[in-house]
Amino acid sequence: MALLNSLRMPRDCDESFIRQVETKSRQQISKCYQCGNCSASCAYTYVYDYPVNQIMRLIQLGQKEVVLRSRSIWLCADCQACTTRCPCNIDIARVMETLRFLSVEEGTVSIKDIQLFYDEFLNSVKTFGRVFETGLLATYNLKAKKLFTDIDLAPKVLKKGKLPIIPHRIRGRKKVSDIFKRFEDYRNKKILD
Amino acid sequence: MNQTEKRIAYYPGCSVTGTAVEFDQSTRALCTALGIELVEIPDWNCCGSTPAHSYDPLLGAALAGRNLALAEEMGFHVVMTPCPSCLKALKGALREYEEKQHAFLNILQMPFSGQIRAISVLQLLYEDIGPETIREQIRYRLTNKVVVPYYGCLLSRPPEFARFDDPENPISMDELLQAMGASVPEFPYKTECCGAAYGVTQNHIVGKMTGRILDMARRLGAAAVAVACPLCQQNLDLRQSQVNRYWHTTFQMPVVYITQLLGFALGIDPKKLGIDKLFVSADDLFKETSEPLENQTESTSA
Repeated sequence: MALLNSLRMPRDCDESFIRQVETKSRQQISKCYQCGNCSASCAYTYVYDYPVNQIMRLIQLGQKEVVLRSRSIWLCADCQACTTRCPCNIDIARVMETLRFLSVEEGTVSIKDIQLFYDEFLNSVKTFGRVFETGLLATYNLKAKKLFTDIDLAPKVLKKGKLPIIPHRIRGRKKVSDIFKRFEDYRNKKILD
Repeated sequence: MNQTEKRIAYYPGCSVTGTAVEFDQSTRALCTALGIELVEIPDWNCCGSTPAHSYDPLLGAALAGRNLALAEEMGFHVVMTPCPSCLKALKGALREYEEKQHAFLNILQMPFSGQIRAISVLQLLYEDIGPETIREQIRYRLTNKVVVPYYGCLLSRPPEFARFDDPENPISMDELLQAMGASVPEFPYKTECCGAAYGVTQNHIVGKMTGRILDMARRLGAAAVAVACPLCQQNLDLRQSQVNRYWHTTFQMPVVYITQLLGFALGIDPKKLGIDKLFVSADDLFKETSEPLENQTESTSA
């Protein structure tokens, strides 16, 4: 965890980062007056490195490095409690979401396992058109070197016939993988806004 | 939905084809019994869920958008999904269409008007069928059964996005359960998060959060927890054994979909509702209350 050094604040302030977050999330970060309602509502503060109100303040102060390397942004479950209760009507969950994809872009993802799970999930969608749960869990456990995660549940789930052994491939899977391709083109600025 | 629209598009979502198959079974059986024809969107694809919009909402929007475009092509104005996470993705597609139309359509490459509405199965049951109709049609009553409604995060939040029920104190499931004759206490953890998708990556989080919800249900004397989300159900039911290990508890709490409870109350065969697919058995709940309403009324009047 990077330590906050208040003396270095002005020097480290990255104003373009503030604008980037505001543009991408379509939220006005400067409206936050630190009432703390978001953190009071957040069920995940106990696993965060910075409570969500501090994340908001760090954005206001342009602390790009600290924010994009924080664990908090990847442990946010997008439960919408903060957004629902913000007296300034800031869609905070959307700000957190924006920070997640900015951290992917910057290569500063703090919790690699979560990113790995998301990657494998999307690979499954790209290949089959739908998520193949059995394959996803097997590949994730293998790659994350967590071979015994949920091993206790596997027999129960199989007994209920809830995990198919063979993936369902949709007919339009090429169309789905084309969406991924065009999205990449968009990201690489080949398709404009 | 107005009375004429008894035929709507149905987006099942990936989880109800696998670990939440009973939600799909009970949703279909219940809608048939209520005279609503569900037309499954042909060749639907995954909405992208949390992984897609964590990368970029536009990717999630385009993936979910393909399904909306297919439904529009078939002339539908409403698409219903049992999964709140899919619902969020479908609504996210409509939002990106509003905000970034050009990029959205360029990535989607399908005709799209954005005129379609996305709703949850709970919304359909509460707003379009309603507790009164349920009360009139039930054949089995859940009398003397304490059932706590657990809504989770997304069904009514955030308010501008969900446009359904109350974000802090939703009551739609409460009222549907009451219409079935169940005893519904005030459940303070109605919208507390269950730990969401962290069952796989950060298992201890689900252990902690889901444990609290089950504990509160037990304290209120619940015979079952009613849910309307495949992920909440999975955390509370499938992972209940992991919760018990985390907290050193011995919960044996049935966690049942609202569609299963309603289907049962309307007299649908429990087998068609996938009761046998639940991990913590709910057989007692359905067995003990399996007395037809006519008999119950006779015995009380005698």
